[in-house]
Parts: sequence; structure tokens; C-alpha cells
Amino acid sequence: MLIEIKEMYKTYHVGESTVNALNGVSLQIDYGEFVAIMGHSGSGKSTLLNILGCLDTPSSGSYLLDGKEVAGMNRNELAAIRNEKLGFVFQNFNLLPRTSAIENVELPSFYGKKVSNAERRERAIELLTKVGLGGRLWHTPAQLSGGQQQRVAIARALMNRPSVILADEPTGNLDTKASIEIVEFLRSLNDEGITVVMVTHEDDIAAHAKRTIVVCDGKVVQ
Amino acid sequence: MSFLMIFKVALRAIWRNKVRSALTALGIIVGIAAVIAVIAIGQGASTQMQNSISGMGHNLVMVFPGSLSSGGARLGAGMSTTLTAEDGERIASEISHYVLAVCPMINSQAQVMYMANNWATSVNGVGPDFTVVRKWDVGEGSFFTDADVKSGRRVVVIGQTVATNLFGSENPLGKTIRVRNMPFKVLGVMAKKGSNAMGQDQDDILIMPYTTVRRVLQNSIFNNVNMLMVSLHSLDDLKAAKAEIESLLRMRHRLGKNKADDFDVRDMTEVVDSVTSISRMMTILLGVVASISLVVGGIGIMNIMLVSVTERTKEIGLRMAIGARPVDILVQFLLESIVLSCVGGLIGVACGVGGALIVGNIQKWPILITESSIAISFTFSALVGIFFGFYPAWRASRLNPIDCLRYE
Repeated sequence: MLIEIKEMYKTYHVGESTVNALNGVSLQIDYGEFVAIMGHSGSGKSTLLNILGCLDTPSSGSYLLDGKEVAGMNRNELAAIRNEKLGFVFQNFNLLPRTSAIENVELPSFYGKKVSNAERRERAIELLTKVGLGGRLWHTPAQLSGGQQQRVAIARALMNRPSVILADEPTGNLDTKASIEIVEFLRSLNDEGITVVMVTHEDDIAAHAKRTIVVCDGKVVQ
Repeated sequence: MSFLMIFKVALRAIWRNKVRSALTALGIIVGIAAVIAVIAIGQGASTQMQNSISGMGHNLVMVFPGSLSSGGARLGAGMSTTLTAEDGERIASEISHYVLAVCPMINSQAQVMYMANNWATSVNGVGPDFTVVRKWDVGEGSFFTDADVKSGRRVVVIGQTVATNLFGSENPLGKTIRVRNMPFKVLGVMAKKGSNAMGQDQDDILIMPYTTVRRVLQNSIFNNVNMLMVSLHSLDDLKAAKAEIESLLRMRHRLGKNKADDFDVRDMTEVVDSVTSISRMMTILLGVVASISLVVGGIGIMNIMLVSVTERTKEIGLRMAIGARPVDILVQFLLESIVLSCVGGLIGVACGVGGALIVGNIQKWPILITESSIAISFTFSALVGIFFGFYPAWRASRLNPIDCLRYE
């Protein structure tokens, strides 16, 4: 199993009251899956994705990623996991402004394992070509459309050859045509064997996934 | 992340906000420039004062005649007539382990004439060791000798100011001038000495054998002198040398145990000490003021770094999401502030050195720029960057990645 979550709770304390964002979630995702996580807002799906992405730690429960227990790790260990095993795609792209596409894609390789400059550049060009932006290596985000920016972000997520791509509403800021392009591209990546976990609230986007998990009130419903 | 890469990121972040970075660095530039300039001017002034004091003589100890009591009425200092040139000779011969040379001195005034020119000046009646004791060489011609002193010859060595006023462009050597209407032969002209610590023109002087002053100018029946200038081998022996001079003079003047000294031994250490301490105090004071401006510059850096951290919260979140550890973020922002303050420091050093040189040129102040003051202030600017950059950088590194990514 790539991801194995057991009896996971996440509790937030907001002033006096406590909010159970995750209420005993258990789920398993295998290598090579394409999973869509669905749920209305406040259902806990974002919290779940944050924990899956090692950006947040659960209050209790266990999280095995690639066979390794992640739940009790410190910030540095989590940073290393994020760098080596996870690739993020965000709703608002989160590219560095005024920085070229190629430098944005190279960014993850500067942290973690040492890579030679030539190797890094070669891989970044290869990835940008793969997402169809081979001719726009030196364009800055401001010079790219939303769909193109998201493709740069996907190339960046692939840079360190992650075990899984985590996409948080990757089509949320895109028009229908670009949305379909992006989700189909994620699908094609999945066909190459890359595991993709995607949070969305749009049914037609979720339909491209091979499996759909519905989260409601901090529990996996389906 | 490699250091070089972080450095590049920091440079780029600084370059992106050129105006803001320049204004932030300006605080440091002003601070460092102030420190450098102030220290350069302060140290220059202090060395100049020390030079002008040591220019008065070589490790000088001065022996003056003491006061004289006459029938219960005490006359002022210098009235005693017991201090003689022979005292000086005995000091030179008997305390030679401490004493390098001794020169007696009798002061007088005189009107001097050459052809149609005349000039009023002061007269120093001295011995042949004058050039050694005062560290003052003859510029042209020669100084008078022991023989001239013994026979009280009418020979004179003149200062530059006197030479100019009497002779103009004419060569004074070998000419005869009239001092109080008596003919004197000019043996030499002293090298230019300039003004002393009190601003008096030291070149406005006639120098002749003390015996000549006494016999020819003063018609004195006494053989006392106004002062003995004693030059020591080293100032380290000052206390011991003074004590030996005092006991020798007491013995020579046959002063009983209960009798007070009829002479007065003084040295320059008090003057040197007070001048040094004044200039040191000034340097410290100005240095403190300059350092305060450096601290203000540092606060400016801290302020701008906090703004920068807030502005780039999303970037921090993203970098953390793709694997930056807290320490990577810390180093990134810390390096940015260090680069900012070091660049400011470099420009500040340049401005400070330039400013000091310009001020020194305009005001004719002596300037002393030491490598150590440059090194210290540059190091200080780097420390300011580390000190004031640490808090913003630490804050950035403690941020929660989720909050950063959601930050708008």
C-alpha cells in the first residue's frame, strides 16, 4: 500500500469550542491509483489532504506512507518526505511570481538531495516539454494563461519524481476547457503509473478519477 | 539547498525591490560612513596633537629655578638664581645612564637689524645640544659649537621667520646682523618647525650661545639660567631620572633636610596624558553617536525584513510544501539581511573614507584612516545584519505551511 490511514482524528481548538475536522478516518490508496476526494466545504477533505501531504499532523491515528509511519515525525523529517515523495498541485498554482517557468520547475530540486545543475536543467526542460510548454521555458507566470500556469505547477510537482501527486482543487481557478485539459493530463500521468490524489467538489472532474472517496463530517462515507 | 543558490535567491529578492533595498541599506551606509569618518578625523587629530607635543623636545624633562624667600616675603617662581649651566653639565655627566643631553636656556628679547630691515623677536640663549634636546635640526649652515659657548662669541642661528623678515630672498649665511645694535654673525638657519601646540610661531626666533646672551645682552653678573632642558634616553625612566636630578641638585645647592627645593622639575607626561585622554574621549563619544546611527540602520533592516517576510508568506508556504526545512527558510531570509547590511557596509566604508578625505582636505584637518577601523566597522555591519535579520528570519522559519499557503 502506498497510503494507509487508520482511525485518524484531527481536532482544532477554536477558543472554547473544539472542532473535529477528522473523526476517525481510515483509508487505503494503492500504488498507481487515481483517487478523487469529494465532499462539501467543511467536510474535512482539505484537512485530510493536508495530512496526506504532510503539511499538517493528525491529533491521533496512524499514517503509513510507502510503509513508513509519518504521524509522529518532526518538521524536518516531514519536509524531507514532502520533498522526496510528494508533489503538490494547488488551486491557485502558487508559482513564484516574476520567476521563469523553468526556474519554478527546478525549485524542488534545490532542497533535499544534491543534483548537478546540468541534470536539473535537463529534467526541467524535459518536464516542461512533456506538459506542452517546451516553447515557453522562460516565460514568467504573468505571461502564461491559467491553464499553462497549472501545467507549470504540475511539471514542478513531478520534478523530484514523487510517489504521489496531491492536487488540491487543481481546476478550481480554471475555465471548463482548461479544467478538462488539466484533469486529462493528470489522468495521462496516472496511466504512466503515477499515483494521483485529487480533491475536488466538481462531479464531472471527479469522474475522470478511477475511484472516488466522499468525505462528510470528518468521516469517509464511501 | 546549496549556499550559492540561497545567495542567488537573496540577491534576486533584494534586486526586485531596488528602491526599498537601497533605502534600507542607506541606514547602514550612513551609520558606517559616520563611524569611519569620525574615527578617521578623531585619530588624525589625536596623532597631530601628540606630534606637536613630542615636537617640543626629545623625552623632555625641564628644570626651572624655584621661588625665593626674602625676609619672609616669597617671590614668585623662577626668581631663584641658584640654577646654573654647571648644574646642567653635572646632570649630563653624573646621570648619563638616564640622561641623553642637557641644554641650558636663557630667554631674552631683542630688536634685530639687517641693512634697512628690522624685526623684534625672542632670543633663546642655549647650549650646543639644543638641536638634540629640541629635536630641531639646522636647515642651512651650521649650529654653534662648545667653543663658541665657552668664549661667548657673537654668533647666531636664526629661525625661518626671522630669515624671511630680515633677508627676504637673500642668503643669510655668513652675513652680519645687528642685535641691539651689536654685530652678530649668522652661522645658520634652522629648519622650519611650524607652530607649537599653543599656536605660537616657533620659527620666529634667534638662537645664540647662552653665555653670549648673559654677557652681551643682559650684562648680568649672575650665571643663572632660566631653564635646563634635560633629554632622557627613554620616558620609561622618567620617575627615577627625576628623583636623581632632584637629589643631585639639592646636594649641589647645599639644601639642608628642612629646606625646600629652590628648583622645580617638570615633565610633559601630564600634558601628553591629558591631550591623549581628551582625544580618546572625543573619539569614543563620537563613536558612540555613530554607533547609535548604525543601530538605527539595523532597526530599519529588521523592519524591512519583517515586511518582506509578510509579503512573501505565500512563497514561504510554497517552499515549505516542496520540501524546504525551517532552517532553509531561516538561512534564506538571514542571508538576505546580511547581504543588505554588508553591501550597505561596503558602500558606507567607501563613503566614510571619501567623506573623511574631503572634510580633511577642505578643513585642513589631519586624517588617519586605519585598516582596523575599516575592518571593525565592516564586521560590525555584518553583525548588524545578523542581529537584526535573525528575528524576522526566525519568524519566517516558524510559520505553519498551511497558514502560509492560505495567506492572502
